[in-house]
Amino acid sequence: MPLTGAQILWESLVREGVNVVFGYPGGAILPAYDAMLDYPIRHVLVRHEQGATHMADGYARATGKVGVAIATSGPGATNMVTGIATAMMDSSPIVCITGQVGSALIGSDAFQETDITGITLPITKHNYLVAQAADIAPAIREAFAIAASGRPGPVLVDITKDAQLGTCDFNWEAAAPDLEELARPGHSSGAEPIPLINAAQRPVILAGRGVMLGQAEQAVLEFAERARIPIAMTLLGIGGVPASHPLNLGMMGMHGEAWVNTAIQESDLLIALGMRFDDRVTGNLKTYAPHAKKIHVDIDPAEFNKNVKVDSAISGNLRDVVSGWLPRLTEPSREAWLDHINELKGDSAVRDIQNLPDDGHLYAAHVINDIWHITEGKAVVVTDVGQHQMWEAQYYRHEHPRTLITSGGLGTMGFALPAAIGAKMGRPDAEVWVIAGDGGFQMTMPELATLVQEELDVKIAIINNGYLGMVRQWQEFFYQRRYAATPISAPDFQKLGEAFGLWSATVTKRSDLAGVVAEARRQRGALIDFRVEQEDSVYPMVPAGADLHKMIRRPSPIAETAAD
Amino acid sequence: MHTFAVYVDNKPGVLNRVSSLFRRRGFNIESLTVGHTETPGLSRMTIVVDTDDRGARLVEANLYKLIPVRRVDNITRRPAISRDLAMIKVAAVADGRMHVMQLADVYRARVVDVSPEGLVIEATGTEEKIDSLVEMLRPYTIVEMVRTGRVVMARGSAMANSQALRSKHDRTADQSDVSLGSV
Repeated sequence: MPLTGAQILWESLVREGVNVVFGYPGGAILPAYDAMLDYPIRHVLVRHEQGATHMADGYARATGKVGVAIATSGPGATNMVTGIATAMMDSSPIVCITGQVGSALIGSDAFQETDITGITLPITKHNYLVAQAADIAPAIREAFAIAASGRPGPVLVDITKDAQLGTCDFNWEAAAPDLEELARPGHSSGAEPIPLINAAQRPVILAGRGVMLGQAEQAVLEFAERARIPIAMTLLGIGGVPASHPLNLGMMGMHGEAWVNTAIQESDLLIALGMRFDDRVTGNLKTYAPHAKKIHVDIDPAEFNKNVKVDSAISGNLRDVVSGWLPRLTEPSREAWLDHINELKGDSAVRDIQNLPDDGHLYAAHVINDIWHITEGKAVVVTDVGQHQMWEAQYYRHEHPRTLITSGGLGTMGFALPAAIGAKMGRPDAEVWVIAGDGGFQMTMPELATLVQEELDVKIAIINNGYLGMVRQWQEFFYQRRYAATPISAPDFQKLGEAFGLWSATVTKRSDLAGVVAEARRQRGALIDFRVEQEDSVYPMVPAGADLHKMIRRPSPIAETAAD
Repeated sequence: MHTFAVYVDNKPGVLNRVSSLFRRRGFNIESLTVGHTETPGLSRMTIVVDTDDRGARLVEANLYKLIPVRRVDNITRRPAISRDLAMIKVAAVADGRMHVMQLADVYRARVVDVSPEGLVIEATGTEEKIDSLVEMLRPYTIVEMVRTGRVVMARGSAMANSQALRSKHDRTADQSDVSLGSV
């Protein structure tokens, strides 16, 4: 029996395992929305299409499954652009479906017509313009295969209104993608990795998001334990290795721990696993790890020698590659190196703000550290972008994969709230927390209505310092404290939350923090406005483009030493 | 300078995807030609890129990330035949016309159109040869010129032909496939 293109769309999505989509209806996608009612799909109505893409992204990051966003043509589609670019930079598998004007109208500047395949060409893994009902099922199947395979990423399928309305026979089997054709060749080059590993005296593993995307957590840990090699994580690599593991040094890069960056600079071998040597983790490339040989394992050969020249490049599935190393490892003692790194930690703990006595001020680090304690480190935390994001990475110690969801590559403010809604949809049993700044939160806060309409239990911690804090910090350090456009006002977030129907509270003192957080955890959905110290900065900090080991350290409150 | 032979699905927008990639990654296209292959549904691009060896590897790896790209061969260092085609309109009259025709002869070019105001020469050869011809013709006033850019083919039979990369609509279940992974 022939089906309409709109029906074929949902038949295909259901067969791909989709049971929730995030979207917003409109003229060119109306046939698809009409057909949706007859399928077992939960539709989450967003308040802006950017939210739909972040939700699909958050869903994908929390579950590892493909997230789906849907919107109409024109402004509906262009509103998705930021979310698609976010997913592209962080290799997140999402499929975006957009309505398009009728194929006869394409190119005529019709109402709500926009060339969304052209616009999204550089920010998708692939995209499709589908103008016939018969092409919908193959496009959807291929889109899911492309989004999830290899290095994951966003795929957009733009479907004309006449394709949705047209009819044809639905043949799921015939629509199967040619996986062999979609496979991309791997390229390995340079030196054999095993002799480099066995010979190294001061090796460091650099673990990125690829560890989780490749489900290589166990393999990487086994490799590190067997070879006694310490692990440094990228921001997106957090969670891939338990924070409490003795070989886990912590985060590297611009706001990484000082000893981690120093260890990288002193190392004689870097083993980069599923990371891409972003400028935020290398600092000045000319002085980056100057004594180290480099091994780079990634599923995407286009990352090899892009930023950092490597001695050995291995393309492939991370788990298979690292597992293959295990039998060939010698087990040299690297205790001297590990002890040395331990010594590098030095007085860092003393400088650590979380150990300061309560002086009546509320610091963001306190808030995050205490939330970590109270949630026993088990929450899925979704952050926005800025100072609070770095403090989260430093003070919330993640023990499990996919428990930190954050926009790393694109650094998209406004990501946290919608991404958390997606994460909660994907993992309804998890305790999901938003940690956002007062700036970024205001970018997408209408999604509070989505949260309440869907009756989702997401806790929101707003780290409110009255500034666009990270930009203010750069102005403080590098622009003589000329605070151009960084002081920002905000509504009374407690009243705002209550207006949306959320249990809400305001915290100004550390002594009130635990009680309020405990109460929030008893509520279905909650918002807490933490009024924190206004001009605190994230330390340590490697200024953009500076040598990785030349960090600005937090001024020591105990004694300003000559070392500073 | 690196030369790539790139096999792509002959679908709308593929050229845009390829050129967009070069623009976005900051690779400078020296010339790009595209045309059908002997296999229906499959086109072949010859792309000359101004880059070093490291850049060439990145070009290749990035091209493979485009779904319609089926195969990329860097044929820079392989023995290959390289040709450029030019049509050159020269405003030569009287004696000049004779000189131009003699020049064309020397370069094994052909006069394909003659008018009272001048003539059109068609020349095929390496880019260097065409460049040289153009220089020789300059004194006679070139009023218009069009060149195709370089097309390149490796010598001998070592290269797999594009039949191995059958386009999707030609493919049937019982046909075995060339593994891209082994390329």
